[in-house]
Amino acid sequence: MSKIQNATGPLIAPYRRPQPGSQPELLHEPYRSTIRRAPSKPPILLPHTLSEVTGPLHGHEEIGETDNDLTRQHAGEPLGERVILSGRVLDGDGHPVPHTLIEIWQANAAGRYFHQRDQHPAPLDPNFSGAGRTLSDANGGYRFVTVKPGAYPWRNHYNAWRPAHIHISLFGPAFATRLVTQMYFPGDPLLALDPIFQSIRDERARERLISRLDMETAQPEWALAYRFDIVLRGRDATPLEA
Amino acid sequence: MDLIPTPSQTVGPYFHLGLTGGRSVARVAGEATKGERIALTFRVLDGDGAPINDAMIEIWQANAAGKYRHPDDPQTAPIEDDFWGFGRLATAEDGRCQFETIKPGRVPDSRGVLQAPHINVTVFARGLLRHLCTRVYFADDPANRQDPVLALVSEERRATLLLHPDPGRAGHWLFDVHLQGERETVFFDV
Ligand SMILES: [Fe+2]
Repeated sequence: MSKIQNATGPLIAPYRRPQPGSQPELLHEPYRSTIRRAPSKPPILLPHTLSEVTGPLHGHEEIGETDNDLTRQHAGEPLGERVILSGRVLDGDGHPVPHTLIEIWQANAAGRYFHQRDQHPAPLDPNFSGAGRTLSDANGGYRFVTVKPGAYPWRNHYNAWRPAHIHISLFGPAFATRLVTQMYFPGDPLLALDPIFQSIRDERARERLISRLDMETAQPEWALAYRFDIVLRGRDATPLEA
Repeated sequence: MDLIPTPSQTVGPYFHLGLTGGRSVARVAGEATKGERIALTFRVLDGDGAPINDAMIEIWQANAAGKYRHPDDPQTAPIEDDFWGFGRLATAEDGRCQFETIKPGRVPDSRGVLQAPHINVTVFARGLLRHLCTRVYFADDPANRQDPVLALVSEERRATLLLHPDPGRAGHWLFDVHLQGERETVFFDV
């Protein structure tokens, strides 16, 4: 659809802009780090060119055998509640996004990251480093095995605790579809108190970040499962006339 | 159908675990890629002008012929096997990171107007609930005067999008990302 070239230039089918309120505001004062980091001027609307509708494609590089199983990256098994995390990557029309790189990182079951700057006095787990990657398959499907991360304290405000979450990064097909987000667990009472989760005004958009218990994928006597579908931006079917 | 896209959330302070460290990409072009060799140093600063040591920069660019490594780029110009066009690095304690690449060529916009050589930049950090998108252009390039995207930016803010040559080092270019303040970088709604 975007491969047509006319006498004037490549015709570009642009990606659609997200609906108002469905993305977090950059300045959200309850999340204190935004105050000195959020730009104060409105962004300039950029009509899409080849620069925005192309982007880094992966798939050719190596994904290691244990890259999507965070419980098998060390000599022993990590402590904690073993979980299978799976879902599909879709575009705004509900079509699968195949062969896109998905990268995750998370705290261990005690709520501690395997990271120098994390000083939370909870134990590190020598069998858990908390990073994984995989490619979506031809139907947009993906799967990780990991342990459920613990909640952890942060210094945003008095007695501030992040709800349990897994950080997720995706590229999608274009510069314009890049997404880094966090996935949460259903029924977590900390969600109501979390300024990062609450930075999204639209409740339906917020709900997109909460995985659901998935007893079809859960394996008896072995692991619970959570399902998390990820929706990237949709694209107009027809190129814009200049 | 137009599903609500999954919202963005901050990368937080520990993204190095999953995204940089062993996953960093500092070299954007290999030995066999044609073009003028350049080094780009970015520095990320907050509203107080203080360097940010937990930001991540990603870059995306065309090769010297103005061609992207992507199936939606219909141009017939060749692309080198060892040219990918993508880089990503975390900032160090001084807020800096440095990429090695080649100067990109000119890419047409949808009307066929040639854009000036530019590199697409994404900024992530703790405290950024969404990533920021900008573009960097080369300060001395005469093509900047006809660039259709620079033309969208008011004249007094256009300079925030220019890479400046490092006076002491040939082929080295510097760019400060000011997230806020008087010299706030222009960011684009992409
Ligand atoms: Fe986190």
